[in-house]
Amino acid sequence: MNLIERVMRNPMFFGLAALAVLFLLANTIKIVPETQQGVVLRFGNPTLLVNRYQPKQQFGGEGAGLLAVLPFADSIIWIDKRVRDVDMVGQQVLSTDQYRLNVDAFARYRIVDPLRMYISARTEERVAEQLAPILGSVVRNELGKRPFAELLSPERGVIMQNVRRALDVQARQYGAEIVDVRIKKTDPPEGAALEATYARMRSARVQEARTIEAQGLQKAQIIRADADAEAAGIYAAAFSKDPGFYDFYRAMQSYERTFGSDGSNPTGQSSIILSPGNDYLREFRGGSR
Amino acid sequence: MAVLFNEGGGPWGGGKSPGGSGGNGGGGGGGDNGGPRNPWSQPPEGDRPRGNGPSALDELLRRAKGARGQIPSGGGNPVRWIGYGILALAVLWVALTSVHQIEPAERGVVTRLGRYSHTLNPGVSLTLPAPIDRVQTRDVQSIRSIDIPGGTGERLVLTGDQNIIDLEYSVGWNIRDPELFLFQSVDPEATIKSVAESAMRASIANMPLNAAIGSGRNTIEADVRQQMQTILDGYRTGVSIQRVTIKQTDPPEAVVEAFKEVTAAGSNAQTSVNNARTYAQQVLAKAQGESGAFDRVYAQYKLAPEVTRRRLYYETMERVLSKVDKTIVEAPGVTPYLPLRELKRAPEPAAGAGQ
Repeated sequence: MNLIERVMRNPMFFGLAALAVLFLLANTIKIVPETQQGVVLRFGNPTLLVNRYQPKQQFGGEGAGLLAVLPFADSIIWIDKRVRDVDMVGQQVLSTDQYRLNVDAFARYRIVDPLRMYISARTEERVAEQLAPILGSVVRNELGKRPFAELLSPERGVIMQNVRRALDVQARQYGAEIVDVRIKKTDPPEGAALEATYARMRSARVQEARTIEAQGLQKAQIIRADADAEAAGIYAAAFSKDPGFYDFYRAMQSYERTFGSDGSNPTGQSSIILSPGNDYLREFRGGSR
Repeated sequence: MAVLFNEGGGPWGGGKSPGGSGGNGGGGGGGDNGGPRNPWSQPPEGDRPRGNGPSALDELLRRAKGARGQIPSGGGNPVRWIGYGILALAVLWVALTSVHQIEPAERGVVTRLGRYSHTLNPGVSLTLPAPIDRVQTRDVQSIRSIDIPGGTGERLVLTGDQNIIDLEYSVGWNIRDPELFLFQSVDPEATIKSVAESAMRASIANMPLNAAIGSGRNTIEADVRQQMQTILDGYRTGVSIQRVTIKQTDPPEAVVEAFKEVTAAGSNAQTSVNNARTYAQQVLAKAQGESGAFDRVYAQYKLAPEVTRRRLYYETMERVLSKVDKTIVEAPGVTPYLPLRELKRAPEPAAGAGQ
């Protein structure tokens, strides 16, 4: 009651006092989130690392949560604990067999030593800025030792392991660990090289097209020849029963056709000059045999 | 932190005001204390309205006159009002921030003072109020889709036989593990996209051109999906790749004509073969027809060879000679007088009449 009355009497004073207490609390108690690790600086001197990255760490463990620091004397530098990306875009790489390639790659890294990182680079962005050119040169060096075909082959995995290892050595200086390096794309650069590739593709297609057509013709020819042969077989089977009669029969057909009496219209006019000795006119002469 | 101040101030203010009124109104105030459930309706019900006769405005005016000493006795009311307000806000705040409804497709990740505490399953759950417990809900069921490449333009990919194709595909993914998804990667979506590009290019690089634009699609899709899952699991992104769909694999614009030529060549080849088949049908049908006809005639001929032969001969000759001009030369000496000119002229009306 007494306290309340006092508060009532001096609300301004007590309000300010409460605010001051809260302000002090806010400067003393810090919340450490799961995604950040902190470097505690006492008057600029690093004294403590909180929620530092541990491999195989489960969430909800010791690291994150409340943290008490000395108000005003201590300050906390927050450093990302998550896996971050650094991209390398459009590096020109020359393979051993003089193929020029545009390569995009990316590396994934994580700050594992926040203090070292803070000392050497201060912010995560600076780390990425520092790592990007290193990634570029490591990729260029490693790919430059290989022939072009190998860059496309399953060997790529081995190359990337080498790049990762080389980059990791450099990244340790910034308190970072390279989780993985991957090539996103390997393209021939615009211009002559690309045109040459297109020309090669085009010629390959033309070759394929001509081959297909030739194969079609070949197949067609064989089909025709087969048919002709089979037809010849059929004719032979039928006509060889009596070659003499065939000769006569076929001659009759041939006459009809030649002179257009079977309904066909042979070109050229026909006139027949018969000698009386012709067999057809035998009876004409009065049946003298 | 600013929120924390409010929060801390809330219960305090709430505690103060009823106490102040108790000092003022005696037993009645105590009764009020028992049920501060509805702070807004209480003041008019109490004993004080009489002493309180003047409106809140009058009260304020009186304070404005500078009568400081009167504040504890008569000024309890405005302070109490403010207290009730703060209390109400606090109750509202707690109610809003400690009850969470999680949809069936969602999970809620609770962090207590920054530290991961537990994950809420679908349904209504209670947590501590806001600044202490923080809930991040994420949809873990619905499949999100990333189109690669976004936007327009060609995206050229090298195949195993060092050709180039224009490729468009999409990746469908969902969150498998919301804690990992929230705490492990800076930008999981960008990571998925990068990994997809990397895996897709690696997979295409092991395929020859024809497989990449044709038969190999399903293999590529399955392969990329598996590769992506392995890589993303390695990063512990808490993401599950549901599908990889190749929307389009085409030869680049610059060589598309040549590819069409191949298709055309296929048609041409088929045309040649079809024509040959037509010819074969015709030839065989003709052979069968002619030999069949011969067989039939021959069967009759064999019954009476001489007669049939003569008959055929005369019939044919009739047909042949009836259609042509005939000249019969009686004796060998006449040959030079053959009217060749007439012969030449004659056929025309004859041909016209014949038809």
